[in-house]
Amino acid sequence: MGTAIHKQFNNEPIAVFSKANLLENSGVCALINGVQVAVFYLPTETPPLYAIDNYDPIGGANVLSRGIVGDINGELVVASPLYKQHFSLHSGRCLEDDSVQVSVYQARLEGDAVIVMLQKAQSQKQNIVQDIA
Amino acid sequence: MKAKKIVVVGNGMVGHYYVEQLAKQNAGHDITVIGAEPRPAYDRVHLSEVFSGKNPEDLALTTREHYKDIGVHAHFGDAVARIDRKAKEVITDLGRRFAYDKLVLATGSYPFVPPVPGSDQAGCLTYRTIDDLGAIRAHARDGKVGVVIGGGLLGLECANALKSVGLETHVVEFAPGLMGVQLDNGGSVMLRQMIEELDVQVHTSKSTQKIVPGNERRLRMEFADGSALETDMIVFSAGIRPYDQLAKAADITVGERGGIVIDYHCRTSDSDIFAIGECALFGGRIYGLVAPGYRMADAALSQLTDTPVPFQGADMSTKLKLLGIDVGSIGDSHGKALHNGQPPAAFLYSNDRERVYKKIVVSADGKKLLGAVLVGDCSDYDTLLQFFLNDMELPANPEGIILPADNGATPLLAGMSLPATATICSCLNVTKGAIVAAIDGGCCSVADVKATTKASTGCGGCAALLKSTVNEELAARGAEINNYVCEHFAYSRQEMFHLIKVGSLKTFDDMLHKHGKGRGCDVCKPAVASILASLFNDYVLRKEHASLQDTNDTFLANMQKDGTYSIVPRIAGGEISAEKLIVIGEVAKKYKLYTKITGGQRIDLFGARVNQLPDIWSELVAAGFETGHAYGKALRTVKSCVGSTWCRYGVQDSVRMAILIENRYKGVRSPHKLKSAVSGCTRECAEAQSKDFGVIATENGWNLYVCGNGGMKPRHADLFATDLDDATLIQYIDRFLMFYIRTADRLQRTSVWMNNLEGGLDYLREVIIEDKLGIAAELEAQMALLLDTYQCEWKTTIEDPEKLQRFRQFVNSTEEDAHVVFVQERGQPRPAKDNERAALAPH
Repeated sequence: MGTAIHKQFNNEPIAVFSKANLLENSGVCALINGVQVAVFYLPTETPPLYAIDNYDPIGGANVLSRGIVGDINGELVVASPLYKQHFSLHSGRCLEDDSVQVSVYQARLEGDAVIVMLQKAQSQKQNIVQDIA
Repeated sequence: MKAKKIVVVGNGMVGHYYVEQLAKQNAGHDITVIGAEPRPAYDRVHLSEVFSGKNPEDLALTTREHYKDIGVHAHFGDAVARIDRKAKEVITDLGRRFAYDKLVLATGSYPFVPPVPGSDQAGCLTYRTIDDLGAIRAHARDGKVGVVIGGGLLGLECANALKSVGLETHVVEFAPGLMGVQLDNGGSVMLRQMIEELDVQVHTSKSTQKIVPGNERRLRMEFADGSALETDMIVFSAGIRPYDQLAKAADITVGERGGIVIDYHCRTSDSDIFAIGECALFGGRIYGLVAPGYRMADAALSQLTDTPVPFQGADMSTKLKLLGIDVGSIGDSHGKALHNGQPPAAFLYSNDRERVYKKIVVSADGKKLLGAVLVGDCSDYDTLLQFFLNDMELPANPEGIILPADNGATPLLAGMSLPATATICSCLNVTKGAIVAAIDGGCCSVADVKATTKASTGCGGCAALLKSTVNEELAARGAEINNYVCEHFAYSRQEMFHLIKVGSLKTFDDMLHKHGKGRGCDVCKPAVASILASLFNDYVLRKEHASLQDTNDTFLANMQKDGTYSIVPRIAGGEISAEKLIVIGEVAKKYKLYTKITGGQRIDLFGARVNQLPDIWSELVAAGFETGHAYGKALRTVKSCVGSTWCRYGVQDSVRMAILIENRYKGVRSPHKLKSAVSGCTRECAEAQSKDFGVIATENGWNLYVCGNGGMKPRHADLFATDLDDATLIQYIDRFLMFYIRTADRLQRTSVWMNNLEGGLDYLREVIIEDKLGIAAELEAQMALLLDTYQCEWKTTIEDPEKLQRFRQFVNSTEEDAHVVFVQERGQPRPAKDNERAALAPH
């Protein structure tokens, strides 16, 4: 554990690490080019991986990966462990405050590897990137 | 109306009530109150509780500061000596003069001491004031036997006091039965049997001829029938006499047998002078209860407004606990008076085995309730009182109200059927109309209504009626009354607890699939995790439970504002050796942690990064520390004073008991955090009365207090049981905690739980002490299981490499969170503020 694998794909910084690092139905944090990304693994969902900022803009600390995952009216969310606001795992929107938004990133499973790209996801419906060198 | 100078003479319960209500009128009156006793008003009704563990201060109804705050000039310990009606002023013993526009006499009454030869010697006492209690206690110290003269309400209350100080207690009554005013013969006989079973000896039809020095005890009472009784003290409690001397001396009309005569407006023969409470005579009658006194005060107060309300006499119905026995009396309890020219009919239920006696007196046509007597079981009192006060038509078979509910067919009086004028809470005089208005004003729960109207905050006897009234009103407005945990479960926490227990569901997924919908959330997941832990006590980080926990439980530490954690090792009872203190100091130093002593006599270490937690705990566990569960909804700490081992005043070893309790319940998961404390004497240095459960040492064992709280909404704990031995104390706490864990709502502290508990403290005692629900053994067994399966979660965690995986900042890097930056303050680290961070860590 712990060895940083900083890679680039199409000049985009990415993180690659083993699936064994994931925690079922909860989050872990990856560091990509100085940015903290919270990665959630929900094995029964499609897709099973979600990545958003680890930084909670309301609490002002890097904690979102340590929140509880669930749904509010069907929308997948993580609850900030600091002040309990819910952030959508699909859109990064804060359910309690429309003016607050965190970034959403692309993450996918490839065999036994987890790949997280710092490139921001354009929309929650977008399919994951096809290929990686 | 113009602002006036108002002087109130007397600061008993009624005088105080008058002053408080007058100040609330905010009419700019200049208010002065003069009390002869050295202290501000206190609750005389519960005087005997001082002997069962309460402090005299607990009885206080107000303070000097409070009077100051509401702009009342208060003078204590200086009695009014005379009234100068011409000059319109009163003059005190100390010669002070107070001018008045309106004078209110609330001088109260004094105990009647029959003119028995010898009744003025040492050892002959009365029972009326806090100072009287001191005298009783002093005489009890070197005595064994105590006699109360008077078998009425006050006499029996006084007998309770004597019994509480450990005296062999006798009650001597002139009449043939006890409580002759309130009870009929049958009820009186039942009460006597029950009192005698409590080892209080009752002597009726006894006329005391003289009191002489005794042979074996200090005093000897000789009765008219030739018998005698030896005792160390005699307390006269044979009725009251109004304090009317002031009025009499000022030529204000008083009754032939005493009492200041008042009219409907509580005015005396001098229209600028009012009299209220037990000094007043209305319609030839002295009202010796507090509630009618309050109604007189209301009438007198209304004279200062534009809407005067007359006093029209008051209902003398009463419900009380005498020596722990429920006694109730309503209206014409003897069934002697004619109603519409016809003799009434009575229905009687008497059960010798269970010691219950109930009688109702109804009109000849069976439609109206005229009176009732209840002994041993007052559960029907509220229902009967509503029928009586509101003149409501009885059901076709009125006896059904007092018959035992074998098939649940007791006709429960529904709040809806009551008129708006019906009094729901007679202590605070709250009508159904006031409750409806509170709901109209936005209250949407029983707790809201209680806070707004103060209903059910007196004796609490109306709690059930209040609840049904509020719920029916809410339901009538279409308000959805639910206490569902969240959108994923249409159940209350209590119902979820039951479902998990009965279905033996071992995981959140099982529960969700069987009884919920959706995926769960940050509300129901920790709630279910807590219930699972309370029932089965698995390791909280087991794979299927780990993702349910709040971050504090997941990382077994308390997250702080910057995302770092604080660590609290268990220091049971606050007792710690020098070696262990050094270990904590060394760990803090090594990991550069901020240290602070907590309010619960522990040490909190702040500023640990998530990846440091395992290393820190490895060192702490190696030194013999265990987790303190500061992160969990669980027992936090049991605070203690140093107790009899060192303290000059301590009467029990409070530290030993605190350690025993803390080690017993550590790790038990509950609906919310639990705090406790043990004090070694009544000085209460450990502040046990502000805890979820608190223990205070007595000469004879331990007093147990429950459902206290400090924090946002402080609540004094209720005295639950007295003079317990170790084993009984622990048994009661086991049952209490488990019952709370079973029935409380999510994140509901014991104080709020108690406020919402139907039946309140009495009900809790019935469940815990008398095992009314027959679940005591089950509660104890459940607690035993939790205690057997205790583990230090940190010890388990540091021994499991897989679990340690979780304690990393990044899965793909060993770097640390660059956003966490500390600066030094007073020689210790603290999180940097935004501007400091920007200056320190150029990004």
